[in-house]
Amino acid sequence: MTIDFDFSTTLGNAWFPTPIFTASGCASSGRELAQFFPLASIGAVVTKSVMLKARMGRPTPRMAETPSGMLNSIGLQGPGIEAFLANDIPWLLENKARVIVSIAGETIEEYAVLARHLRSVPGLSAVEVNISCPNVKNRGMVFACDPDASHAVIDGVRRTLGGDLPIIVKLSPDVTDIVGIARAVVGAGADGLALINTLLGMVINTETMRPHLGGKTGGLSGPAIRPVAVRAIYQVHQAFPKVPILGMGGVRSGRDALEMVLAGASGVSVGTATFGNPTAVIAVQNELQHLLISKGFSSLRQAVGFAHRSDDLKESHDEY
Amino acid sequence: MSQINRYAEQMTATVLSNKRVGQYHQILLGVGQVVRHCRPGNFAAISVGGENSSLILRRAFAISRVSDRADGTMELIVAPHGAGSRWLCAQGENAPLDMVAPLGTPFGIPTTSVQALLIGGGYGSAPLFGLAEVLKSRGCRVDMILGASTASKIYAPLEGKRSVNSLKIYTEDGSTGIMGKVTDPLEQLISDGQVDVIYSCGPMGMLSAISSIAQNSDVVHQCAVEESMACGIGVCMTCVLPVRSDDESLAMVRSCIDGPVMDGSRVQWHLVGQIPGSTP
Repeated sequence: MTIDFDFSTTLGNAWFPTPIFTASGCASSGRELAQFFPLASIGAVVTKSVMLKARMGRPTPRMAETPSGMLNSIGLQGPGIEAFLANDIPWLLENKARVIVSIAGETIEEYAVLARHLRSVPGLSAVEVNISCPNVKNRGMVFACDPDASHAVIDGVRRTLGGDLPIIVKLSPDVTDIVGIARAVVGAGADGLALINTLLGMVINTETMRPHLGGKTGGLSGPAIRPVAVRAIYQVHQAFPKVPILGMGGVRSGRDALEMVLAGASGVSVGTATFGNPTAVIAVQNELQHLLISKGFSSLRQAVGFAHRSDDLKESHDEY
Repeated sequence: MSQINRYAEQMTATVLSNKRVGQYHQILLGVGQVVRHCRPGNFAAISVGGENSSLILRRAFAISRVSDRADGTMELIVAPHGAGSRWLCAQGENAPLDMVAPLGTPFGIPTTSVQALLIGGGYGSAPLFGLAEVLKSRGCRVDMILGASTASKIYAPLEGKRSVNSLKIYTEDGSTGIMGKVTDPLEQLISDGQVDVIYSCGPMGMLSAISSIAQNSDVVHQCAVEESMACGIGVCMTCVLPVRSDDESLAMVRSCIDGPVMDGSRVQWHLVGQIPGSTP
Protein backbone atom coordinates (compact mmCIF):
# COMPACT_ATOMS: atom_id res chain seq x y z
CA MET A 1 0.00 0.00 0.00
CA THR A 2 2.69 2.50 0.98
CA ILE A 3 4.73 1.45 -2.05
CA ASP A 4 2.14 2.94 -4.39
CA PHE A 5 1.81 6.14 -2.42
CA ASP A 6 3.77 9.10 -3.80
CA PHE A 7 4.84 11.25 -0.85
CA SER A 8 7.29 13.38 -2.86
CA THR A 9 6.96 17.09 -3.43
CA THR A 10 8.56 19.86 -5.43
CA LEU A 11 9.31 23.48 -4.65
CA GLY A 12 10.25 25.19 -7.90
CA ASN A 13 12.63 22.77 -9.63
CA ALA A 14 13.73 21.14 -6.36
CA TRP A 15 12.42 17.64 -5.65
CA PHE A 16 12.05 16.18 -2.17
CA PRO A 17 11.15 12.59 -1.26
CA THR A 18 8.87 13.77 1.55
CA PRO A 19 7.11 17.10 2.19
CA ILE A 20 8.25 17.44 5.82
CA PHE A 21 11.07 19.88 6.60
CA THR A 22 12.63 21.49 9.61
CA ALA A 23 11.90 25.21 10.05
CA SER A 24 14.57 27.88 9.98
CA GLY A 25 15.73 28.80 13.45
CA CYS A 26 14.32 25.60 14.93
CA ALA A 27 17.00 23.12 13.89
CA SER A 28 20.14 25.29 14.18
CA SER A 29 22.38 23.97 11.40
CA GLY A 30 21.02 20.41 11.65
CA ARG A 31 23.94 18.76 13.41
CA GLU A 32 22.29 18.86 16.84
CA LEU A 33 19.36 16.73 15.63
CA ALA A 34 21.44 14.03 13.94
CA GLN A 35 21.60 12.02 17.17
CA PHE A 36 17.80 11.68 17.11
CA PHE A 37 17.10 10.78 13.46
CA PRO A 38 19.00 10.55 10.16
CA LEU A 39 18.73 13.99 8.56
CA ALA A 40 18.49 12.36 5.12
CA SER A 41 15.19 10.74 6.11
CA ILE A 42 13.21 13.99 6.04
CA GLY A 43 12.38 16.27 3.11
CA ALA A 44 15.04 18.84 3.89
CA VAL A 45 16.85 20.68 6.65
CA VAL A 46 16.06 24.39 6.54
CA THR A 47 19.00 26.05 8.26
CA LYS A 48 18.85 28.94 10.70
CA SER A 49 18.75 32.27 8.83
CA VAL A 50 22.33 33.32 8.22
CA MET A 51 23.49 36.90 7.76
CA LEU A 52 26.56 38.34 6.11
CA LYS A 53 28.59 38.84 9.29
CA ALA A 54 28.78 36.93 12.57
CA ARG A 55 26.20 38.18 15.07
CA MET A 56 25.92 37.91 18.85
CA GLY A 57 22.13 38.22 18.77
CA ARG A 58 20.02 39.71 21.53
CA PRO A 59 20.57 39.65 25.30
CA THR A 60 18.93 37.05 27.55
CA PRO A 61 16.22 36.29 28.55
CA ARG A 62 15.51 35.21 25.01
CA MET A 63 12.52 33.00 25.65
CA ALA A 64 9.13 33.03 27.34
CA GLU A 65 6.70 30.15 27.28
CA THR A 66 3.11 31.25 26.61
CA PRO A 67 -0.14 29.25 26.44
CA SER A 68 0.43 26.66 23.68
CA GLY A 69 3.32 28.68 22.38
CA MET A 70 6.47 30.60 23.12
CA LEU A 71 8.09 33.92 22.39
CA ASN A 72 11.67 33.98 21.18
CA SER A 73 14.01 36.88 20.83
CA ILE A 74 17.25 35.40 19.52
CA GLY A 75 18.22 38.24 17.21
CA LEU A 76 19.67 36.02 14.48
CA GLN A 77 22.78 34.99 16.42
CA GLY A 78 25.00 33.19 13.98
CA PRO A 79 28.46 32.68 12.50
CA GLY A 80 28.06 34.74 9.31
CA ILE A 81 27.81 33.35 5.79
CA GLU A 82 31.48 32.50 5.24
CA ALA A 83 31.94 30.43 8.40
CA PHE A 84 28.52 28.86 7.84
CA LEU A 85 29.37 27.74 4.31
CA ALA A 86 32.79 26.49 5.43
CA ASN A 87 31.66 24.53 8.50
CA ASP A 88 27.99 23.66 8.39
CA ILE A 89 27.07 23.05 4.76
CA PRO A 90 29.79 20.44 3.98
CA TRP A 91 28.76 18.45 7.07
CA LEU A 92 25.08 18.48 6.07
CA LEU A 93 25.84 17.42 2.50
CA GLU A 94 28.23 14.67 3.65
CA ASN A 95 25.39 13.36 5.77
CA LYS A 96 23.16 13.30 2.68
CA ALA A 97 20.73 15.90 4.01
CA ARG A 98 18.87 17.97 1.45
CA VAL A 99 19.52 21.57 2.41
CA ILE A 100 17.54 24.76 2.12
CA VAL A 101 19.69 27.69 3.23
CA SER A 102 17.81 30.54 4.88
CA ILE A 103 19.31 34.01 4.45
CA ALA A 104 18.53 37.30 6.16
CA GLY A 105 19.85 40.79 5.49
CA GLU A 106 19.66 44.34 6.75
CA THR A 107 19.65 46.00 3.33
CA ILE A 108 18.41 45.07 -0.12
CA GLU A 109 22.03 44.85 -1.28
CA GLU A 110 23.01 42.53 1.58
CA TYR A 111 20.48 39.92 0.43
CA ALA A 112 22.02 39.99 -3.04
CA VAL A 113 25.52 39.60 -1.60
CA LEU A 114 24.34 36.59 0.42
CA ALA A 115 22.83 35.14 -2.76
CA ARG A 116 26.18 35.60 -4.51
CA HIS A 117 27.85 33.51 -1.79
CA LEU A 118 25.33 30.72 -2.36
CA ARG A 119 25.53 30.77 -6.16
CA SER A 120 28.78 28.86 -6.19
CA VAL A 121 27.84 26.25 -3.56
CA PRO A 122 27.03 22.88 -5.14
CA GLY A 123 24.43 20.57 -3.65
CA LEU A 124 21.91 23.03 -2.19
CA SER A 125 18.22 22.36 -2.83
CA ALA A 126 16.83 25.87 -2.44
CA VAL A 127 17.24 29.25 -0.78
CA GLU A 128 14.78 30.58 1.75
CA VAL A 129 14.77 34.36 1.92
CA ASN A 130 13.75 35.55 5.39
CA ILE A 131 12.45 39.06 4.81
CA SER A 132 11.14 39.57 8.35
CA CYS A 133 14.12 41.77 9.18
CA PRO A 134 14.31 45.52 9.75
CA ASN A 135 15.53 47.48 6.73
CA VAL A 136 18.25 49.68 8.24
CA LYS A 137 18.02 52.03 5.26
CA ASN A 138 14.31 52.64 5.72
CA ARG A 139 13.89 53.54 9.42
CA GLY A 140 13.95 49.88 10.41
CA MET A 141 10.75 49.04 8.57
CA VAL A 142 10.50 45.27 8.18
CA PHE A 143 10.92 44.27 4.51
CA ALA A 144 8.09 41.74 4.76
CA CYS A 145 5.63 44.49 5.72
CA ASP A 146 6.33 46.56 2.62
CA PRO A 147 5.45 45.17 -0.83
CA ASP A 148 7.94 47.43 -2.63
CA ALA A 149 10.86 46.52 -0.33
CA SER A 150 9.92 42.82 -0.51
CA HIS A 151 9.87 43.01 -4.29
CA ALA A 152 13.23 44.75 -4.38
CA VAL A 153 14.88 42.15 -2.13
CA ILE A 154 13.65 39.22 -4.20
CA ASP A 155 14.41 40.97 -7.47
CA GLY A 156 18.03 41.40 -6.31
CA VAL A 157 18.33 37.79 -5.16
CA ARG A 158 16.73 36.50 -8.37
CA ARG A 159 19.11 38.50 -10.59
CA THR A 160 22.11 37.31 -8.60
CA LEU A 161 21.16 33.65 -8.51
CA GLY A 162 19.97 33.27 -12.07
CA GLY A 163 17.45 30.52 -12.66
CA ASP A 164 18.97 27.46 -11.03
CA LEU A 165 18.35 27.59 -7.31
CA PRO A 166 14.68 27.88 -6.30
CA ILE A 167 13.86 30.93 -4.17
CA ILE A 168 11.37 30.47 -1.36
CA VAL A 169 10.31 33.69 0.31
CA LYS A 170 9.26 33.54 3.95
CA LEU A 171 6.45 35.95 4.71
CA SER A 172 5.37 37.59 7.93
CA PRO A 173 1.76 37.26 9.10
CA ASP A 174 2.04 40.70 10.74
CA VAL A 175 0.64 42.47 7.67
CA THR A 176 -2.76 43.78 6.64
CA ASP A 177 -2.77 41.98 3.30
CA ILE A 178 -0.51 38.94 3.02
CA VAL A 179 -1.77 38.25 -0.51
CA GLY A 180 -0.46 41.65 -1.57
CA ILE A 181 3.02 40.85 -0.23
CA ALA A 182 2.86 37.42 -1.90
CA ARG A 183 1.97 39.10 -5.20
CA ALA A 184 4.96 41.44 -4.91
CA VAL A 185 7.51 38.66 -4.35
CA VAL A 186 5.99 36.28 -6.91
CA GLY A 187 6.20 39.15 -9.37
CA ALA A 188 9.91 39.47 -8.56
CA GLY A 189 10.55 35.82 -9.35
CA ALA A 190 9.91 33.86 -6.15
CA ASP A 191 9.50 30.14 -6.89
CA GLY A 192 7.70 29.42 -3.64
CA LEU A 193 6.44 30.97 -0.43
CA ALA A 194 7.08 29.97 3.17
CA LEU A 195 4.09 30.78 5.36
CA ILE A 196 4.26 31.88 8.15
CA ASN A 197 6.99 33.50 10.19
CA THR A 198 6.34 34.21 13.88
CA LEU A 199 3.93 36.89 15.08
CA LEU A 200 5.36 39.76 17.08
CA GLY A 201 4.45 39.56 20.76
CA MET A 202 5.43 40.65 24.25
CA VAL A 203 5.33 39.24 27.76
CA ILE A 204 5.63 41.53 30.77
CA ASN A 205 7.14 40.03 33.89
CA THR A 206 4.71 40.95 36.66
CA GLU A 207 7.45 40.58 39.32
CA THR A 208 9.86 43.05 37.74
CA MET A 209 6.97 44.87 36.01
CA ARG A 210 9.13 45.19 32.89
CA PRO A 211 9.13 43.37 29.52
CA HIS A 212 10.42 39.86 30.20
CA LEU A 213 12.56 39.43 27.09
CA GLY A 214 15.96 41.10 26.80
CA GLY A 215 14.91 42.28 23.35
CA LYS A 216 11.52 43.37 24.78
CA THR A 217 9.50 41.95 21.86
CA GLY A 218 9.72 38.43 20.49
CA GLY A 219 8.28 36.14 17.85
CA LEU A 220 5.30 34.01 18.87
CA SER A 221 5.36 30.42 17.63
CA GLY A 222 3.81 27.09 18.52
CA PRO A 223 0.29 25.63 18.28
CA ALA A 224 -1.20 28.99 19.37
CA ILE A 225 -0.48 30.45 15.92
CA ARG A 226 -1.53 27.48 13.79
CA PRO A 227 -4.96 28.83 12.78
CA VAL A 228 -3.27 32.04 11.62
CA ALA A 229 -0.92 29.98 9.46
CA VAL A 230 -3.73 27.87 8.02
CA ARG A 231 -5.65 31.03 7.13
CA ALA A 232 -2.61 32.62 5.48
CA ILE A 233 -1.86 29.48 3.46
CA TYR A 234 -5.50 29.19 2.40
CA GLN A 235 -5.69 32.83 1.26
CA VAL A 236 -2.40 32.78 -0.62
CA HIS A 237 -3.09 29.42 -2.28
CA GLN A 238 -6.47 30.71 -3.40
CA ALA A 239 -4.82 33.74 -5.00
CA PHE A 240 -1.84 31.88 -6.51
CA PRO A 241 -2.78 28.20 -6.86
CA LYS A 242 0.31 27.42 -8.94
CA VAL A 243 2.86 28.86 -6.50
CA PRO A 244 4.12 26.14 -4.13
CA ILE A 245 3.77 26.92 -0.43
CA LEU A 246 5.91 25.62 2.41
CA GLY A 247 3.51 25.79 5.35
CA MET A 248 4.55 26.22 8.98
CA GLY A 249 3.29 27.56 12.27
CA GLY A 250 2.54 25.35 15.25
CA VAL A 251 2.57 21.98 13.51
CA ARG A 252 3.16 19.15 15.96
CA SER A 253 1.22 16.22 14.55
CA GLY A 254 0.41 14.65 11.21
CA ARG A 255 -3.10 15.99 11.61
CA ASP A 256 -1.74 19.54 11.84
CA ALA A 257 0.41 19.00 8.75
CA LEU A 258 -2.58 17.60 6.85
CA GLU A 259 -4.53 20.75 7.70
CA MET A 260 -1.82 22.85 6.02
CA VAL A 261 -1.65 20.56 2.99
CA LEU A 262 -5.42 20.79 2.57
CA ALA A 263 -5.16 24.59 2.83
CA GLY A 264 -2.64 24.58 -0.01
CA ALA A 265 0.84 23.72 1.31
CA SER A 266 3.07 21.51 -0.86
CA GLY A 267 5.46 21.06 2.05
CA VAL A 268 5.26 21.52 5.81
CA SER A 269 7.96 22.65 8.22
CA VAL A 270 8.06 21.51 11.82
CA GLY A 271 9.58 24.22 14.00
CA THR A 272 8.82 24.87 17.65
CA ALA A 273 7.56 21.29 18.11
CA THR A 274 11.19 20.18 17.80
CA PHE A 275 12.04 22.16 20.95
CA GLY A 276 9.57 20.05 22.92
CA ASN A 277 10.28 16.82 21.07
CA PRO A 278 13.51 16.19 19.14
CA THR A 279 11.81 13.55 16.98
CA ALA A 280 8.71 15.63 16.20
CA VAL A 281 9.71 15.95 12.52
CA ILE A 282 9.73 12.18 12.11
CA ALA A 283 6.43 11.73 13.98
CA VAL A 284 4.73 14.37 11.82
CA GLN A 285 6.14 12.81 8.67
CA ASN A 286 4.93 9.28 9.53
CA GLU A 287 1.54 10.45 10.73
CA LEU A 288 0.90 12.61 7.67
CA GLN A 289 1.71 9.74 5.32
CA HIS A 290 -0.66 7.41 7.18
CA LEU A 291 -3.42 9.99 7.22
CA LEU A 292 -3.15 10.69 3.49
CA ILE A 293 -3.24 6.99 2.68
CA SER A 294 -6.15 6.33 5.03
CA LYS A 295 -8.12 9.10 3.34
CA GLY A 296 -7.62 7.42 -0.01
CA PHE A 297 -5.09 9.76 -1.59
CA SER A 298 -2.51 8.08 -3.78
CA SER A 299 -0.14 11.04 -3.67
CA LEU A 300 0.58 14.08 -1.57
CA ARG A 301 -0.02 16.20 -4.66
CA GLN A 302 -3.69 15.18 -4.79
CA ALA A 303 -4.27 16.56 -1.33
CA VAL A 304 -2.60 19.94 -1.80
CA GLY A 305 -5.28 22.63 -1.63
CA PHE A 306 -8.05 20.07 -1.29
CA ALA A 307 -9.97 22.30 1.13
CA HIS A 308 -10.57 24.73 -1.74
CA ARG A 309 -12.63 22.30 -3.82
CA SER A 310 -16.36 22.63 -3.98
CA ASP A 311 -18.32 19.73 -2.48
CA ASP A 312 -19.33 18.06 -5.72
CA LEU A 313 -15.68 17.69 -6.70
CA LYS A 314 -14.71 16.04 -3.40
CA GLU A 315 -16.40 12.84 -4.56
CA SER A 316 -13.90 12.38 -7.37
CA HIS A 317 -10.57 13.73 -6.18
CA ASP A 318 -8.72 11.02 -8.10
CA GLU A 319 -9.29 12.95 -11.30
CA TYR A 320 -7.31 15.95 -10.14
CA MET B 1 27.79 10.52 13.85
CA SER B 2 27.65 13.94 15.37
CA GLN B 3 29.35 14.49 18.73
CA ILE B 4 26.62 16.84 19.96
CA ASN B 5 24.06 15.08 22.18
CA ARG B 6 25.93 11.87 21.40
CA TYR B 7 24.55 9.73 24.24
CA ALA B 8 21.10 11.33 24.34
CA GLU B 9 18.12 9.00 23.99
CA GLN B 10 14.43 9.73 23.92
CA MET B 11 12.64 7.21 26.09
CA THR B 12 9.62 6.51 28.26
CA ALA B 13 10.73 6.62 31.89
CA THR B 14 8.52 5.27 34.67
CA VAL B 15 8.03 6.89 38.06
CA LEU B 16 9.13 4.33 40.66
CA SER B 17 8.64 6.59 43.67
CA ASN B 18 7.91 10.24 44.45
CA LYS B 19 8.68 11.46 47.96
CA ARG B 20 8.49 14.90 49.51
CA VAL B 21 11.78 15.99 51.10
CA GLY B 22 11.58 19.43 52.73
CA GLN B 23 10.47 21.83 50.00
CA TYR B 24 11.48 19.40 47.25
CA HIS B 25 10.37 16.16 45.68
CA GLN B 26 12.74 13.24 45.34
CA ILE B 27 11.58 11.40 42.23
CA LEU B 28 13.02 8.02 41.33
CA LEU B 29 12.60 6.91 37.73
CA GLY B 30 13.09 3.61 35.96
CA VAL B 31 15.04 4.57 32.85
CA GLY B 32 16.88 1.46 31.64
CA GLN B 33 20.37 1.16 30.26
CA VAL B 34 20.81 4.85 29.49
CA VAL B 35 22.23 5.18 33.03
CA ARG B 36 25.52 3.82 31.68
CA HIS B 37 26.07 7.15 29.91
CA CYS B 38 24.83 9.49 32.65
CA ARG B 39 27.57 11.50 34.41
CA PRO B 40 27.32 14.01 37.27
CA GLY B 41 26.38 17.36 35.72
CA ASN B 42 24.27 15.85 32.92
CA PHE B 43 20.61 16.75 32.81
CA ALA B 44 17.35 15.19 31.65
CA ALA B 45 14.61 16.96 29.69
CA ILE B 46 11.06 15.85 30.43
CA SER B 47 7.75 16.61 28.71
CA VAL B 48 5.21 17.95 31.18
CA GLY B 49 1.45 18.30 31.36
CA GLY B 50 0.39 15.29 29.32
CA GLU B 51 -0.35 14.88 25.63
CA ASN B 52 -2.71 17.84 25.18
CA SER B 53 -0.88 20.20 27.50
CA SER B 54 -0.54 23.88 26.66
CA LEU B 55 2.99 23.61 28.13
CA ILE B 56 4.85 22.90 24.91
CA LEU B 57 8.44 22.93 26.16
CA ARG B 58 10.37 20.26 28.01
CA ARG B 59 11.67 20.97 31.50
CA ALA B 60 15.34 20.39 32.23
CA PHE B 61 16.38 18.78 35.52
CA ALA B 62 19.87 18.04 36.76
CA ILE B 63 20.31 14.30 37.18
CA SER B 64 20.82 13.84 40.90
CA ARG B 65 22.19 10.32 40.69
CA VAL B 66 21.83 7.11 38.72
CA SER B 67 22.14 3.46 39.67
CA ASP B 68 22.33 0.33 37.55
CA ARG B 69 20.19 -1.52 40.09
CA ALA B 70 16.64 -2.53 39.07
CA ASP B 71 17.48 -2.24 35.37
CA GLY B 72 18.66 1.38 35.69
CA THR B 73 17.25 4.10 37.92
CA MET B 74 17.63 7.86 37.91
CA GLU B 75 16.91 10.24 40.76
CA LEU B 76 15.75 13.83 40.26
CA ILE B 77 15.28 16.47 42.94
CA VAL B 78 12.51 18.79 41.82
CA ALA B 79 11.28 22.04 43.33
CA PRO B 80 7.58 22.53 42.51
CA HIS B 81 8.04 26.17 41.46
CA GLY B 82 6.17 26.47 38.17
CA ALA B 83 3.33 24.78 36.32
CA GLY B 84 5.64 22.18 34.75
CA SER B 85 7.53 21.16 37.87
CA ARG B 86 4.29 21.08 39.88
CA TRP B 87 2.85 18.66 37.32
CA LEU B 88 5.93 16.48 37.57
CA CYS B 89 5.80 16.51 41.39
CA ALA B 90 2.17 15.36 41.20
CA GLN B 91 3.00 12.23 39.21
CA GLY B 92 2.46 9.01 41.11
CA GLU B 93 4.02 5.59 40.97
CA ASN B 94 4.05 3.96 37.49
CA ALA B 95 3.35 7.22 35.67
CA PRO B 96 5.12 7.24 32.28
CA LEU B 97 7.31 10.23 31.41
CA ASP B 98 8.65 11.24 27.98
CA MET B 99 12.31 11.92 28.72
CA VAL B 100 15.44 12.81 26.77
CA ALA B 101 18.72 12.06 28.57
CA PRO B 102 21.56 12.36 29.21
CA LEU B 103 22.07 15.91 27.93
CA GLY B 104 24.76 18.52 28.43
CA THR B 105 28.42 18.53 29.36
CA PRO B 106 29.17 16.80 32.69
CA PHE B 107 31.62 17.85 35.41
CA GLY B 108 35.24 17.08 34.54
CA ILE B 109 36.73 14.44 36.82
CA PRO B 110 40.41 14.86 37.72
CA THR B 111 42.75 12.01 36.82
CA THR B 112 44.75 12.47 40.04
CA SER B 113 43.52 12.71 43.61
CA VAL B 114 42.84 16.36 44.41
CA GLN B 115 41.15 18.31 47.18
CA ALA B 116 37.66 19.01 45.88
CA LEU B 117 35.24 21.51 47.37
CA LEU B 118 31.62 21.02 46.33
CA ILE B 119 29.30 24.00 46.81
CA GLY B 120 25.55 23.72 46.37
CA GLY B 121 22.84 26.34 46.64
CA GLY B 122 19.30 25.13 47.43
CA TYR B 123 18.47 21.97 45.50
CA GLY B 124 21.56 22.65 43.39
CA SER B 125 23.18 20.28 45.86
CA ALA B 126 21.34 17.34 44.24
CA PRO B 127 23.90 16.41 41.55
CA LEU B 128 26.81 17.06 43.91
CA PHE B 129 26.26 13.92 45.99
CA GLY B 130 26.61 11.67 42.93
CA LEU B 131 29.67 13.71 41.98
CA ALA B 132 31.09 13.25 45.49
CA GLU B 133 30.87 9.47 45.14
CA VAL B 134 32.78 9.57 41.84
CA LEU B 135 35.45 11.88 43.27
CA LYS B 136 35.85 9.70 46.39
CA SER B 137 36.31 6.64 44.20
CA ARG B 138 39.18 8.50 42.51
CA GLY B 139 40.82 9.08 45.87
CA CYS B 140 39.90 12.75 46.16
CA ARG B 141 39.25 14.51 49.44
CA VAL B 142 35.69 15.86 49.16
CA ASP B 143 34.44 18.73 51.30
CA MET B 144 30.95 20.10 50.82
CA ILE B 145 29.29 23.39 51.61
CA LEU B 146 25.56 23.78 51.16
CA GLY B 147 23.56 26.95 51.49
CA ALA B 148 20.03 28.29 51.16
CA SER B 149 17.86 31.09 52.46
CA THR B 150 16.31 28.82 55.09
CA ALA B 151 16.53 25.27 56.53
CA SER B 152 13.72 23.70 54.50
CA LYS B 153 15.48 24.70 51.26
CA ILE B 154 18.62 22.72 52.10
CA TYR B 155 18.78 19.40 50.32
CA ALA B 156 21.15 17.05 52.15
CA PRO B 157 20.05 13.42 52.31
CA LEU B 158 21.53 11.23 55.05
CA GLU B 159 23.14 8.76 52.66
CA GLY B 160 24.69 11.65 50.73
CA LYS B 161 26.50 12.87 53.83
CA ARG B 162 28.43 9.61 53.93
CA SER B 163 30.07 10.31 50.58
CA VAL B 164 31.82 13.48 51.78
CA ASN B 165 34.69 14.07 54.18
CA SER B 166 33.03 17.15 55.67
CA LEU B 167 29.75 18.99 55.29
CA LYS B 168 29.03 22.57 56.34
CA ILE B 169 25.61 24.16 56.00
CA TYR B 170 24.87 27.87 55.78
CA THR B 171 21.45 29.51 55.91
CA GLU B 172 20.78 33.19 55.51
CA ASP B 173 18.26 33.18 58.37
CA GLY B 174 20.36 30.91 60.59
CA SER B 175 17.53 28.36 60.90
CA THR B 176 20.06 25.56 60.49
CA GLY B 177 23.85 25.40 60.35
CA ILE B 178 25.82 28.63 60.31
CA MET B 179 24.11 31.93 59.61
CA GLY B 180 25.56 33.34 56.40
CA LYS B 181 26.38 32.46 52.83
CA VAL B 182 28.34 29.62 51.26
CA THR B 183 30.92 32.10 50.01
CA ASP B 184 31.75 33.37 53.54
CA PRO B 185 34.46 30.75 54.32
CA LEU B 186 35.71 30.44 50.75
CA GLU B 187 38.61 32.89 50.74
CA GLN B 188 40.03 31.35 53.91
CA LEU B 189 39.73 27.77 52.61
CA ILE B 190 41.52 28.73 49.41
CA SER B 191 44.32 30.64 51.13
CA ASP B 192 44.80 27.72 53.55
CA GLY B 193 45.55 25.55 50.51
CA GLN B 194 42.62 23.23 51.22
CA VAL B 195 41.06 23.49 47.76
CA ASP B 196 42.33 22.47 44.32
CA VAL B 197 39.02 22.31 42.47
CA ILE B 198 35.62 23.85 43.22
CA TYR B 199 32.53 22.20 41.81
CA SER B 200 29.40 24.29 42.16
CA CYS B 201 25.72 24.13 41.32
CA GLY B 202 23.03 26.62 42.29
CA PRO B 203 21.70 30.07 41.50
CA MET B 204 23.67 32.21 39.07
CA GLY B 205 24.41 34.85 41.72
CA MET B 206 26.14 32.22 43.85
CA LEU B 207 28.16 30.87 40.91
CA SER B 208 29.22 34.38 40.00
CA ALA B 209 30.29 35.15 43.59
CA ILE B 210 32.35 31.94 43.78
CA SER B 211 33.99 32.76 40.45
CA SER B 212 35.06 36.20 41.60
CA ILE B 213 36.69 34.75 44.75
CA ALA B 214 38.34 31.86 42.87
CA GLN B 215 39.75 34.07 40.13
CA ASN B 216 42.42 35.46 42.47
CA SER B 217 43.82 31.97 42.99
CA ASP B 218 44.85 29.01 40.85
CA VAL B 219 41.80 27.05 42.00
CA VAL B 220 39.79 25.63 39.12
CA HIS B 221 36.07 26.40 39.28
CA GLN B 222 33.66 24.13 37.43
CA CYS B 223 30.12 25.42 37.75
CA ALA B 224 26.80 24.06 36.49
CA VAL B 225 24.97 27.11 35.17
CA GLU B 226 21.24 27.69 35.13
CA GLU B 227 19.81 29.60 32.17
CA SER B 228 16.27 29.17 30.89
CA MET B 229 16.11 26.76 27.96
CA ALA B 230 13.47 25.98 25.38
CA CYS B 231 14.95 22.84 23.78
CA GLY B 232 17.88 21.51 25.85
CA ILE B 233 19.47 20.02 22.72
CA GLY B 234 21.23 23.00 21.15
CA VAL B 235 18.79 24.09 18.46
CA CYS B 236 16.91 27.05 19.93
CA MET B 237 19.75 29.42 21.03
CA THR B 238 17.83 30.78 24.02
CA CYS B 239 20.09 29.57 26.86
CA VAL B 240 23.24 31.44 25.82
CA LEU B 241 25.83 32.98 28.14
CA PRO B 242 28.72 35.31 27.28
CA VAL B 243 31.89 33.24 27.53
CA ARG B 244 35.54 34.02 26.75
CA SER B 245 36.99 31.53 24.24
CA ASP B 246 40.53 30.13 23.99
CA ASP B 247 41.44 32.88 21.53
CA GLU B 248 40.21 35.55 24.01
CA SER B 249 37.22 36.45 21.85
CA LEU B 250 33.76 36.55 23.42
CA ALA B 251 30.98 34.29 22.24
CA MET B 252 27.38 33.66 23.23
CA VAL B 253 27.61 29.99 24.18
CA ARG B 254 24.73 27.56 24.61
CA SER B 255 24.50 26.38 28.21
CA CYS B 256 22.65 23.22 27.13
CA ILE B 257 25.35 21.67 24.95
CA ASP B 258 28.47 23.67 25.86
CA GLY B 259 27.28 23.49 29.49
CA PRO B 260 25.66 23.27 31.92
CA VAL B 261 29.12 22.67 33.39
CA MET B 262 31.38 25.56 32.42
CA ASP B 263 34.72 26.95 33.51
CA GLY B 264 33.65 29.69 35.91
CA SER B 265 36.66 31.83 35.01
CA ARG B 266 35.53 32.03 31.38
CA VAL B 267 31.91 32.99 31.97
CA GLN B 268 31.56 36.77 31.73
CA TRP B 269 29.24 37.05 34.69
CA HIS B 270 29.04 40.84 34.52
CA LEU B 271 27.76 40.60 30.93
CA VAL B 272 24.97 38.05 31.55
CA GLY B 273 21.79 39.62 30.21
CA GLN B 274 23.77 41.87 27.85
CA ILE B 275 25.42 41.51 24.50
CA PRO B 276 29.22 41.84 24.71
CA GLY B 277 30.47 44.86 22.81
CA SER B 278 27.14 46.66 22.74
CA THR B 279 25.93 49.33 25.12
CA PRO B 280 23.29 47.92 27.47
